[in-house]
Amino acid sequence: MSYGDFEVVIGLEVHAQLNTKTKMFCNCPTSFGDEQNVNTCPVCLALPGALPVPNKEAFTKSIAFGTAIDATVNKTSIFDRKNYFYPDSPKAYQITQMDVPIVEKGHLIIDMEDGSQKRIGITRAHLEEDAGKNIHEGDHSKVDLNRAGTPLLEIVSEPDMRSSDEAIAYLKKLHSIVRYLGIGDANMQEGSFRCDANVSIRPKGDTKLYTRVELKNINSFKFIQKAIELEVERQIDAWEDGVYEKEIFQETRLYDSAKNETRSMRGKEGAADYRYFPEPDIPPVTLDDETLAKYSQIPELPDQKRDRYVNDFGISAYDASVLTAEPELAAFFETLIDHKATPKMAVSWMTVELLGRLNKAGLSIEESPVSALTLSELIVRIEDNTISGKAGKDVLDYLMENSVSVDDAIDKLGLKQISDDGAIIAMIDEIMAANPAQVEQFRAGKETLMGFFVGQVMKASKGSANPGLVNKLLKEKLQG
Amino acid sequence: MITLKEALTLNPGELDEFKQDLSAKIKASNLGAYIEQHTGEAINTYGSGVPVLIKDNIQVKGWSITSASKILQGYIAPYNATVIEKMTANGLAAFGRANMDQFAMGSSTETSFYGNTLNPHDPTKVPGGSSGGSAAAVAGGIAIAALGSDTGGSIRQPAAFCGCVGLKPTYGRVSRFGLGAYSSSLDQIGPITQTVEDAAILYDILSGHDPKDATSAKLAPDQTAKNLNPDRKLTIAVIENFLDQAGDEIKTATRNAIKALEDAGHTIIYKNFSNVEHHISTYYIIATAEASANLSRYDGVRYGFRKEEGNLKDMYFDTRGEGFGDEVKRRILLGSFVLSSGYYDAYYLKAQKVRHLIKDEYNKVFEEADLILMPVTPTTAFEFNSKSSPIEMYLSDIYTISLNLAGLPGISVPVGKDKAGLPIGMQLVAKAFNEQTLLDGAASAERILSL
Repeated sequence: MSYGDFEVVIGLEVHAQLNTKTKMFCNCPTSFGDEQNVNTCPVCLALPGALPVPNKEAFTKSIAFGTAIDATVNKTSIFDRKNYFYPDSPKAYQITQMDVPIVEKGHLIIDMEDGSQKRIGITRAHLEEDAGKNIHEGDHSKVDLNRAGTPLLEIVSEPDMRSSDEAIAYLKKLHSIVRYLGIGDANMQEGSFRCDANVSIRPKGDTKLYTRVELKNINSFKFIQKAIELEVERQIDAWEDGVYEKEIFQETRLYDSAKNETRSMRGKEGAADYRYFPEPDIPPVTLDDETLAKYSQIPELPDQKRDRYVNDFGISAYDASVLTAEPELAAFFETLIDHKATPKMAVSWMTVELLGRLNKAGLSIEESPVSALTLSELIVRIEDNTISGKAGKDVLDYLMENSVSVDDAIDKLGLKQISDDGAIIAMIDEIMAANPAQVEQFRAGKETLMGFFVGQVMKASKGSANPGLVNKLLKEKLQG
Repeated sequence: MITLKEALTLNPGELDEFKQDLSAKIKASNLGAYIEQHTGEAINTYGSGVPVLIKDNIQVKGWSITSASKILQGYIAPYNATVIEKMTANGLAAFGRANMDQFAMGSSTETSFYGNTLNPHDPTKVPGGSSGGSAAAVAGGIAIAALGSDTGGSIRQPAAFCGCVGLKPTYGRVSRFGLGAYSSSLDQIGPITQTVEDAAILYDILSGHDPKDATSAKLAPDQTAKNLNPDRKLTIAVIENFLDQAGDEIKTATRNAIKALEDAGHTIIYKNFSNVEHHISTYYIIATAEASANLSRYDGVRYGFRKEEGNLKDMYFDTRGEGFGDEVKRRILLGSFVLSSGYYDAYYLKAQKVRHLIKDEYNKVFEEADLILMPVTPTTAFEFNSKSSPIEMYLSDIYTISLNLAGLPGISVPVGKDKAGLPIGMQLVAKAFNEQTLLDGAASAERILSL
């Protein structure tokens, strides 16, 4: 992405819901999609006298996250109240962490398409509670507080990204880390992984930060990229038209995906004063050394896995990145390897053939009608010459639609290769008898006719003869 | 009125009879200590044990609990405060809603939505506050004992004005779960009783760790009643400059009490507190800051009073504008102000620093003393509508608020009466989580002074 004479400065705030069993400050379940206001109690309804008690699981998941981004995990962290009135916020303040968050000073490495890498700083990640949902119907509104109090980890980056591509690469990496750690569902459509983008521009070479505009309400990677591009364009246009000072001010803008535009959320005046102060209902939370040690043991992360794939399996860094982007992809791939597929075959059959078909069908790897075990059997059948690679594609097409075993599919489609010498020799004899002139010419030295004979045998076998075997036997017969 | 200790020995038949008599007495009384006396409803009851009056900010399942406010009219508590659960499990029953200052903000119970509570010693005088209904009922012979809550003196001051015993436990000793919050870092539930021993009995039942309150201390329920020892000889530090500032009759009664304690074998030493003038401002900054957030939930969206005309903003403004009384609004405004950006450091942060200094000052005195002694109030109970400004009202808490800021336990015990026959209380303070010493000292004073 090129922005002419300007440099773009982007910082991202991600709200990742943690998949704890219960809410951040009460024992209500955190399930999604239940009947309205079922998962509520005096605490998350903010009834008089109810008190918040912090959820330990949210802390252990935060420790894992802090470890994954090479950050400082604060042994003691402090909750604060952020005051604002809105019907989906039952206490009319949100319990969050302001001055002393659980996680500080981390970073992650993003991979660009040209193969280069870049370090993106993560200022902090703090625990807080999610709001409920307002549902607007005609002239009235309803409030559903099932989501109210769900734990959120708000992950705040440094303003280190210089293009929407970098922003997306960062988000995808963060998304993948959350998924690998298993600390959140990170489903953007369902709102369990939400992103706000802070965007500003500056003339190239300038080091100061100009006015940043916050973009909210964006629920897919694609829309985030579009929203950032729109905002950058708006700011550059304003600059070039000499109205930057007038038109660009610190504000929050909402992205409307239907109209592909951003619009101001509130006016210039009345910047919110959240009147933060330490939450008196919750003393500072101190983690003991045992807990810190236990939960900083984290599973292999995407970058480590990618490097291991390159080293152990000799596959390309690009393929390894694709396979490690999501834990489900990596697990699928590893099942193929564990079931005797060679790495090169596993990569091409998984990334090109299977993912291609899944994309077309709009399915994720978890929804694949062909399991890793089935695909591994198919690869083995190709590698042991039971079927040709070309036939394998037909078998895969068949398996996408029909729930049968690989061998049954091969039988059903009649694609088994003829690897029986006698059957092939019989076909060769027939063809030589039918084409005496070509046999003469070949024996006289016109070896280019070999292709003709192979073609004839394959045709006679309807493509099911093992081509290697056909070549070998033809040579013997013709030269004989 | 029989004591709590005596009532706990009644058999079920006797208890039923007693409760019927009590209900009749309450009906006949014009104190206005029970909210039911104002509303004309039957006395609310929960459980079958010995009846204890409950301040209207402590949640009792199925009761309308309103913090004596308009904004909570119609609200029915769907759960019990931890203290109610503990009481029920120990043979006590919640019995009646005690009148109070709205959201526990006040020192006279005059800010109640329901109307005034009279001082049983003189109907022209206030009972104190905010737990005025609790203290007036106990002193007026229409409650065996009562629960109050104390944020800046709201148990001890009305106990002193009405002539009964009021105990504010150490912060964290009694669960706040189910107590409608005024100021979370200062609030504490405690007993208002006829005797020190009753206070110990009720306090023991209320105390103990509660996993539902993150600020609750990880300590087992206390056992002060069975260990109560009025013969224990203690070193008691009198805060002399507090005493000097009190009204003449308070001063005289307190000095007589000190003399009696000394004669009974206690060691009396004298100390001064510095920077006392900052106590009130520190308290009102912290308490109102927390209150401004704690009372935000009363927005008309989910429960209680709602005034609905126009848009969402109008609903908030009208609901809260009509639902809160003036004193509550004053404190919400003050609290919002001290937390606003640009003022936070100058007020809230500074107040937190002063709070630490106050704590340090107490701890220093406790290096030499087992207990600290001071008046509860500068004057005896005052007349209704006699405080011409909020500040004047706030000053009546001068001796009680620093304990809450320091988180320490304190008790108010009667030590005499003024010429008009109004009770005078004396305050004892102990180290954190040292309620036993506090109650031992109070029991000693009670015994000596009632001779």
